[in-house]
Amino acid sequence: MSALAQWLSDPASWWGPGGLLARTLEHAGYSLGTTLAAVAVTLPVALWVGHTGRGRLAAVQLANIGRAVPTFGILLGAFVAFGYGLAPVYAALVALAIPPIMVNTVVGVGQVDPEVREAAEGMGMRGWQVLLRVELPLAAPMVMAGVRTAAVQVVATATLAAVVGLGGLGRPIVDGLAQGAAYSPRAQAMVVTGAIAVALLALAAELGLSAVERALTPPGG
Amino acid sequence: MTAVARRFPDWDWLASHGGEVAAQLSEHVELTALAVAAGFLVAVPLALLARRVPPLRGPLLGFTGVLYTVPALALFVLLLPFVGLSRANPVIGLTIYSLLILLRNTLVGLEGVPAEVRESALAMGHTRRQLLWRVEVPVALPAIVAGVRLATVSTVGLVTITALIGYGGLGQLILRGFNRTNATQLVAGLVLSVALAAVADVALAWAQRRLTPWQESRTA
Amino acid sequence: MITFEAVTKRFPDGTLAVEDLDLAIPEGEIVVLVGPSGCGKTTTMRLVNRMAEPTAGRVLLAGTDVRDVPAHELRRGIGYVIQQIGLFPHRSAAQNIATVPELAGWPRDRVRARVDELMALVGLPAETAGRFPHQLSGGQRQRVGVARALAADPPVLLMDEPFGAVDPVVRGQLQDELLRLQQAVHKTIVFVTHDIDEALKLGDRIAVMSAPGRVRQYDTPSAILARPADDFVTEFLGAERGLKRLALIPVSQVKADPGPAVPDGAPRADAVRAAEAAGTDWVVVLGPEQRLLGWVWVADVAERVDGSAAREFWLRVRAEDSLRAALDAMLSTRTGVAVRISGEDRYEGVLTRELLTEEIV
Repeated sequence: MSALAQWLSDPASWWGPGGLLARTLEHAGYSLGTTLAAVAVTLPVALWVGHTGRGRLAAVQLANIGRAVPTFGILLGAFVAFGYGLAPVYAALVALAIPPIMVNTVVGVGQVDPEVREAAEGMGMRGWQVLLRVELPLAAPMVMAGVRTAAVQVVATATLAAVVGLGGLGRPIVDGLAQGAAYSPRAQAMVVTGAIAVALLALAAELGLSAVERALTPPGG
Repeated sequence: MTAVARRFPDWDWLASHGGEVAAQLSEHVELTALAVAAGFLVAVPLALLARRVPPLRGPLLGFTGVLYTVPALALFVLLLPFVGLSRANPVIGLTIYSLLILLRNTLVGLEGVPAEVRESALAMGHTRRQLLWRVEVPVALPAIVAGVRLATVSTVGLVTITALIGYGGLGQLILRGFNRTNATQLVAGLVLSVALAAVADVALAWAQRRLTPWQESRTA
Repeated sequence: MITFEAVTKRFPDGTLAVEDLDLAIPEGEIVVLVGPSGCGKTTTMRLVNRMAEPTAGRVLLAGTDVRDVPAHELRRGIGYVIQQIGLFPHRSAAQNIATVPELAGWPRDRVRARVDELMALVGLPAETAGRFPHQLSGGQRQRVGVARALAADPPVLLMDEPFGAVDPVVRGQLQDELLRLQQAVHKTIVFVTHDIDEALKLGDRIAVMSAPGRVRQYDTPSAILARPADDFVTEFLGAERGLKRLALIPVSQVKADPGPAVPDGAPRADAVRAAEAAGTDWVVVLGPEQRLLGWVWVADVAERVDGSAAREFWLRVRAEDSLRAALDAMLSTRTGVAVRISGEDRYEGVLTRELLTEEIV
């Protein structure tokens, strides 16, 4: 454990170019970027599917199949297919974030009480007005829950970006493992601090987005 | 890592490495089965405990929820100081992951037993124990099995990550394929992993129908 | 059979559900607890099988305090039917019915025989035995619920709004079946409902209750209708009390009037005399052996009464029909009477409005 203390007391471990702070920012950057991209890509399609009901089953099933695909394989596969770089990793992470957002949005919009929808139409709202003023607000907590699931999953998977040579909090973990974490205390210290940091980051994402979700839940809803 | 890319698909590689593929597949199945079984053996008593002592419900779900949030690689790594790189590491890690899904589904199932069913069971003279085993558990079975399905599918995916700590089953194929830029090997691992998840899901869905022929509607 | 002695039930949140209740429920009768929602009738019933425990006082079942028996043993001897029925979704109709005998450890073939017997008793077709609850109709589910409650032949049956969730037609059928069933099984039945008409139809005795669990009047249906104890009971009985009472009294209770009856082919003079004696301008025409042929206006009789030209009485009543049915018959015919028959059109006389009025006032 003295190795851990030593590693922890070295300012470079924290503030250096490859230090924990830089890695955390990198990691958060990957995660935020890909989650937002996934929301931007998925939401319009999912809202349309949920609103019209067309292709709902297909969307949900596709997303379910997506869930069975190992993130590890996708990330490494993207590298082998497209080579080194941020783009393949981003693409893989976005692909992983899509299913939970898709399922929750489609189901959330689909679950809006038909009577409420009918009442909105009866008051003269057009299709897109019903979607934006009635269905989306009512489905918002559910959509947000999907975004939360996706974000936490992205934070977890972004750890693997280090395996394909990128940064983030996976860096100390992968490097530490490569340096023999099972027997080298220093390597183990690196690995464990990286793991704790990424766990905390995931937890922060979970708790932060849960708070957003609660704020979006209409009172009494 | 810029080795000359091999051709893809490389059927020759596949033909000559059937044994390796089969060995990793069986390792994958083994790790998954061990983890889900262990998770089940822990989650069901926890669910029963939470039913018996309601104040424990929130903390138990919260705690397993936090564990579930910890990224997989981090979790395996955090187990290193305790169990090193022994096989217990992936099994314990994967078990911890299955806990939340299994606990939540078991609890939801038990709580979903309609009040009037519980009420009439008591009024007919079931003791608490008979109520649990003759009524509540059977009625909760669809939700419990659904939990096992979900946990199994997600565990099959997570097993691949344990390749980074030297296990991984089909994840080994993925990792080695990646390291050697052997797309065939990588894709074989990926495809088989998805196929394994699909087969497990279908098999468990079948088991669910057999176990609960009384169910009104079947949801995926 | 079931005795409440100064029973009070207060829930942990302080709500008073039953206050100082004394009530004796005789063996073999249907006693209906009726009252508005929240009056404590269901809680009162649940005190019998210890689904609720009294705060003070005691409930005796066949002379024994129910709290002297372990709850699960007590309950196996008391049938229980609730509105939501609470069938076990994972067990077939037959398995549901077999629940208590199985708990009681009956041998397998005895259980099976009992299930068959009960299914026949409550009118469930044999092919429903293997069906799961979601495959049964609402009425069938309710029958399974009743059969399940009767399975171990408990002397007492508790029924909490059992027919509340089925449509009016099926409800009427189930009520009739319950009465028929009671003829066969003679249980002590405590029946809870908020529907006064159901109470009047089913109850040998009715306890009209108001919150908190207070019995305002406890008597037979016709006695309650004839003499409501207070304004609460009067209001709860609602309008048309006279009609409701008529529904409870059988035709046999009223002595029929012989009426202006003449045999087919009788001379005109006989018809005129009979009509004058009865104060009518029509006569009943009878065939051989008092067979009812119909009625004719006296003015239409030529030389002799012609049975083949007689108008039919569309509605006839029998001894077991209610006076309400008799009144309906009176209102549906030009003659203004209800004709009473037995067997195959055998004439027994007529009922008039005067006779009905005498009976109910």
